Amino acid sequence: MNVPLLELIDIRKTYPGVVALDSVSLSVARGEVVGLVGENGAGKSTLMKVLGGVLAPDSGTIRTEGTERGALTVKDALAAGIAFVHQELNLFDNLDVAANVFIGREMLTGGMLKLVDSKALRKRVQPFLDRLGCDFGPDAMVEHLSLAQRQLVEIAKALSLNARLVIMDEPTSSLTITETERLLRVIAGLKSDGVSVIFISHRLHEVERCADRVVVLRDGKVVGALERAHVAHATMIRMMIGRDLKDIYIPPAGLHDGAALEVAGLRTSCYPEHAVDLIVRRGEILGLAGLVGSGRTEVARALFGIDRPLAGSVRIDGAAVAVDSPRSAIEQGLYLVPEDRKRSGLLLDVSIAENISLPNLRAFARRSIVTVDAELENAERQKQNLSIRTPKVTTAVGLLSGGNQQKVVLAKWLSMSPRVIIFDEPTRGIDVGSKNDIYTLLRSLADSGVAILMISSDMEEVIGVCDRIAVMHEGRISGVLERPHFSEHNVLRLAVGASPASSEQTDPVPEAVRAV
Amino acid sequence: MLFKKDLGLLVLILVVGTVVAIINPRFVLPANISNTANQIGLFGIIAVAQAFVVLTGGIDLSVGAVVALLGVLFIDLIVNLQVHWVAAAMIVVAAGMLMGWIHGALVTKVGLQPFVVTLCALLIYRGAARYYTKDATVGFGFGESFPTLEWLTAGRSEIFAPIARLFGHDGPTIAVPHTMIALIAITLVAGVVLHRSVLGRYLFAIGKNEEAARYSGIATARITIAAYVICCGLAGVAAIFMAMYTRSIAPAVHGNFYELYAIAAAVLGGFSLRGGEGSIIGVVLGTILLQILQNLVNLLGIPSSLNFAVMGSVILIGVLADQQFSRYRERSLARAVRQSRGPS
Repeated sequence: MNVPLLELIDIRKTYPGVVALDSVSLSVARGEVVGLVGENGAGKSTLMKVLGGVLAPDSGTIRTEGTERGALTVKDALAAGIAFVHQELNLFDNLDVAANVFIGREMLTGGMLKLVDSKALRKRVQPFLDRLGCDFGPDAMVEHLSLAQRQLVEIAKALSLNARLVIMDEPTSSLTITETERLLRVIAGLKSDGVSVIFISHRLHEVERCADRVVVLRDGKVVGALERAHVAHATMIRMMIGRDLKDIYIPPAGLHDGAALEVAGLRTSCYPEHAVDLIVRRGEILGLAGLVGSGRTEVARALFGIDRPLAGSVRIDGAAVAVDSPRSAIEQGLYLVPEDRKRSGLLLDVSIAENISLPNLRAFARRSIVTVDAELENAERQKQNLSIRTPKVTTAVGLLSGGNQQKVVLAKWLSMSPRVIIFDEPTRGIDVGSKNDIYTLLRSLADSGVAILMISSDMEEVIGVCDRIAVMHEGRISGVLERPHFSEHNVLRLAVGASPASSEQTDPVPEAVRAV
Repeated sequence: MLFKKDLGLLVLILVVGTVVAIINPRFVLPANISNTANQIGLFGIIAVAQAFVVLTGGIDLSVGAVVALLGVLFIDLIVNLQVHWVAAAMIVVAAGMLMGWIHGALVTKVGLQPFVVTLCALLIYRGAARYYTKDATVGFGFGESFPTLEWLTAGRSEIFAPIARLFGHDGPTIAVPHTMIALIAITLVAGVVLHRSVLGRYLFAIGKNEEAARYSGIATARITIAAYVICCGLAGVAAIFMAMYTRSIAPAVHGNFYELYAIAAAVLGGFSLRGGEGSIIGVVLGTILLQILQNLVNLLGIPSSLNFAVMGSVILIGVLADQQFSRYRERSLARAVRQSRGPS
């Protein structure tokens, strides 16, 4: 019992320009529940990929029940009894529970015919379902199950693989309170059977309740391990943040007044029960912070007319606008720089110039025939303005680096007349140099009178760039911070929903926040 | 408008043509060239039509049946209902455009797959054509003639010889079929639309990445519908030429497989069925190659039952060669990227 089930020693993993994991050590004992917390981008998912054998670390040692390895393969991970219950569940909707649990390992019958022995499958699956206290049978179709039930199917699958360590990534993010309670009971049951669990969650309350030990990651480093007795909400938050922030804030050049974008009572199908109210002033950069899945992207999509909102009204410069497609949003001067630029922002194998002119092609055409010279001239101008690093504007966008690709997306909109621009994770996967270029650009855009709504999960960016920060938690605005109250602590408190529910446009009790 | 890929296809056509001409010199007889040109004209219009839809990542399987139904309609209008042929032509093309609009609306607004929509359309139009004529062959009766219409659609003109005479030479006496001239005109217009106009840019953008196109404010549904409208409208034009060429229409077989010839020509011409790739020159060259292959089967004494097999084999070889070529290109592209990023 003294040999830990799993030990990671000095694991290091770097990507070009980023240290994702920096000598991370972690050990899990038999029947232990380890909570793993950290901000977005702290290195949790990289660590999990290392454990699953998907990524090989650059250096370090992995010890499973005493066997030492430099890296795990997917096969090693399975053999070591490591199983995952992912945030996005990997189940086949069109098959029943038993078929899902034994997918790829079906018991066969009928000799040469190799028929699936469904009866045997179901008989084998039943005990696992019983053990987890499931209220559905092995012949239930997965498509009819709730998310929580599907999660139990995943856990049953893990158990059927003789898992000795189950890693749960944000298992409770979409569960109701009662479902969460049941999951916590299941975890306790696993623990008493000697199965270990790594519980990754943003919901610190739940981590607090179920973890024997909590490991906190920050910027790819383990910044602390709290024993059961010391696990407390406040301590975890304090450890999750606390890096020195470089001052990158550029104050606005002058004052603009009036609201450029007013959103009232906006409900999206993601969180139909919560409404979002937002005001972005002209010439201001409003940050929209929150954890992944808090509904920020859905708000952006609804504002830009991609998804139809369930309710709500939008005003631009005081006039009510009805946006039902990106086209109509663009006509109103409301633009979106999307989160996934490769999928939604660019035509990768098309030239820089053609990408830039696409949203406003009519302006570069005479009698519907595109004037290539005007198009190239504009592209050259944008190339200069945004310092896009490319030899020619006829180069395919896919050949550029991430930062330069993002500048091309920006160039599309800057060739037009923006009133409101929504940036969804504008600097994700972008090198430091281009990041600063983009920050400077954001500010000069704002100073020219454009209202900017910036969604970002990068705390340093949100605090460093924005004039105000609205924080979202589970589909609603949990608070709006003014610049004097900016701190990672305050943002994170609101992001994990620590302060009482309030959808008002006020700063929610900084006193209470400071008291922690 | 000429792309590297088209150049390869052009070379292939010249090689195949030269080989056939050496084996059987009748291939280059003026009469044979004129007949082949006529076939190219007829099928080329349908192939150009199909190209618009394929470019968006869709497919229109119904064009053969459209040619049959609208052909029957056209003949009925001018022969039995005594409608002036100009009005009849406009009705037929408008009917084609309406069909295309329905296909496009079902694909974009209802969200059905293009394959399914146009497969059903194929069956419906084919059935409608047979029912309309009570499954009988329709055509022109004795003494009925439309001289202008016939000259325009099925006529041939000496073009090269008079031009050569202006310069004091004896030119080749090849009667250029007016179908070919129509194809050239349609190709020029379609080429400008696809490769120079705003609509063409939008079609390419939708085919390459529909989501990015939508995020750029392109009315993707409307543009996609436009592609289907153009496709079936041109199929209506082709229906008139085809009806005037055959002069009688058996609605059960008229236009059978034409949609597949068109798709084959587009694929040979460098179009990807996933959309976003291809050139109008390519699709015309594809048609030319297919028609030369048909001609080759006749001239080289290959049993005509092997017609389809020859065509299929050549398309397969062409597509395989193209894939190898683009893999090579991708690899060299990746190398170029690595070099341009450099050791930073």
